[in-house]
Amino acid sequence: MLNSLSKVVTGFGFLLCWVSAQADLSIEITKGVKSGLPIAVVPFSWEGKSRPPHNISDIVAANLARSGHFAIIPKKDFLSNPHTRKDVIFKDWRLLKTEALVIGEIKQLGANKYQVEFRLFDIFKEKQLAGFRYTVGRKLVRKVAHQISDIIYEKLTGESGAFNTRIAYITKQSTASGSTYKLKIADSDGYGPVSLVTSREPLMSPAWSADGRKIAYVSFEHRRSKVFVQNISSGKRSLVAQYPGINSAPAFSPDGRSLAMTLSKDGNAEIYVMNLATRKLKRITRNPAIDTEPAWSLDGSRLVFTSDRAGSPQIYEVSASGGNVRRLTFEGSYNARPSYSADGKTITLVSRSRGRYHIAVLDIENSGLQIITSTLLDESPSFAPNGRIILYAAQVGGKGVLASVSADGRVKQLFKFRDGDVREPAWSPYNRELQYKE
Amino acid sequence: MKKITQLLILGILAFGLAACGTTGSTGGDTTTGGTGGDSGVSGRSLDKDLLSRKLIHFEYNSAEIDDESRRIIEAHANHLNGKSIRIRLEGHADERGTREYNLSLGERRANAVAKIMRALGVEGSRIKKVSFGEEKPLRKGHNEAAWSMNRRVEIAY
Repeated sequence: MLNSLSKVVTGFGFLLCWVSAQADLSIEITKGVKSGLPIAVVPFSWEGKSRPPHNISDIVAANLARSGHFAIIPKKDFLSNPHTRKDVIFKDWRLLKTEALVIGEIKQLGANKYQVEFRLFDIFKEKQLAGFRYTVGRKLVRKVAHQISDIIYEKLTGESGAFNTRIAYITKQSTASGSTYKLKIADSDGYGPVSLVTSREPLMSPAWSADGRKIAYVSFEHRRSKVFVQNISSGKRSLVAQYPGINSAPAFSPDGRSLAMTLSKDGNAEIYVMNLATRKLKRITRNPAIDTEPAWSLDGSRLVFTSDRAGSPQIYEVSASGGNVRRLTFEGSYNARPSYSADGKTITLVSRSRGRYHIAVLDIENSGLQIITSTLLDESPSFAPNGRIILYAAQVGGKGVLASVSADGRVKQLFKFRDGDVREPAWSPYNRELQYKE
Repeated sequence: MKKITQLLILGILAFGLAACGTTGSTGGDTTTGGTGGDSGVSGRSLDKDLLSRKLIHFEYNSAEIDDESRRIIEAHANHLNGKSIRIRLEGHADERGTREYNLSLGERRANAVAKIMRALGVEGSRIKKVSFGEEKPLRKGHNEAAWSMNRRVEIAY
């Protein structure tokens, strides 16, 4: 990992570096469901020197467990550990009352070449539902585990999986000599974090481009807010907004051509859309109140945002060309930081209730607001690209942590990083880069 | 030359206004100054006391300036009037609520302080306003004692 990353390091400018971090993370399911489709994931066989780069079956089982849709059969109950189709004895698995079975193999083919094979079976129909073979370098083995999880999820639930995606977030570590802020990217399960930006001044508001290749963010280097867009693989970045006043809340349009953001260059916080090619700005809101936190609808036709034009922060929608402003929230005295779900029917947001800040889901059609978290200071909700899970920031024991909740509020988990405050998670779009053979 | 005269007139006017403001408000309030019933407190020493205070605090989700804060801002404005010193107003919010909204709220607070300073004759071009939102708390705690300290504008020059 370090070797391949060191190539990327050359050419990085001021403040920027990749750091391969340890897996200083534990994930705790804080609210689960007993029901769920029973599934057995047999440890994959290994053929090669020393040990396999990752324990694929454990990663897959953990992913499926966290989704809330599956009940994982404990390994100790297995009557056999098959790796190939001919070794599968279906009646043994029926005894365990499992409905689905995952088996597989990992082989080392060369110094940096691995072959991963997996099969998914329907135990009652005694039928193979999926079977794939991947040949990848060491760096992609973990991605394969996530993609296998996605395929299983799709075959068994009929919905797209979002395990083979990434998350971006901000960390803050304080020492006697000051604070260090980092913008990091990790796998969707929080593993393998790398630092994209490191600064002594605050970093804020990471936002993915729709192709997952760029991240926009706010940096306070030189002690004022500026908006940057950075290419993730090359590390090259460009300064896109340093107007007088605040430069904040960047959000890429779905076609990647524009960046919505909040600027106060004309006197107070207003939403603008910048054409990234020409750098021309179009002003979207015109109001003496605070207008901020824009997020795009998936078709790029609308923006949802926060405004306190009616006295308290509430959610509004506006056409992406400006105009047709519509208020969406009417319950509660503080609703902010909205973003659309994949189907555009719901919005996740931060809602204050009895002095506490929770993550809520708004049904746009009927204006129903459902609060789905219960900690004190929850913020920065971000939908998984399949809309099933919301990642957010919470405070536990006075420390900033990441947490996730299924969109229906039934399953919750906490990502415990070893040190520092972790905040402002942003879930990447789908990752289409990995190829496989059926 | 004409410009300088204009500035001077503006300055004198502003000074006059400021002086009125100061006397008016100190006269109406007996709890500030920190010297209790000491009738020997002069306007000047009171100003000096006010000038040592460079934090303006706010209520939750508010940029309204209370009487006491107004006196602090006025003292600074009077002190800065006629000088060419640059002033930095740094707006902050407590950790509650969303980060981007709080960034705007911090700016709104800095704007509120700047507005009073400008009304008292401090040129807008000398005032630099920045907001850090909730990113730079003064106090670490997660309670009202910390929050009330963190909702602030820092006056620096």
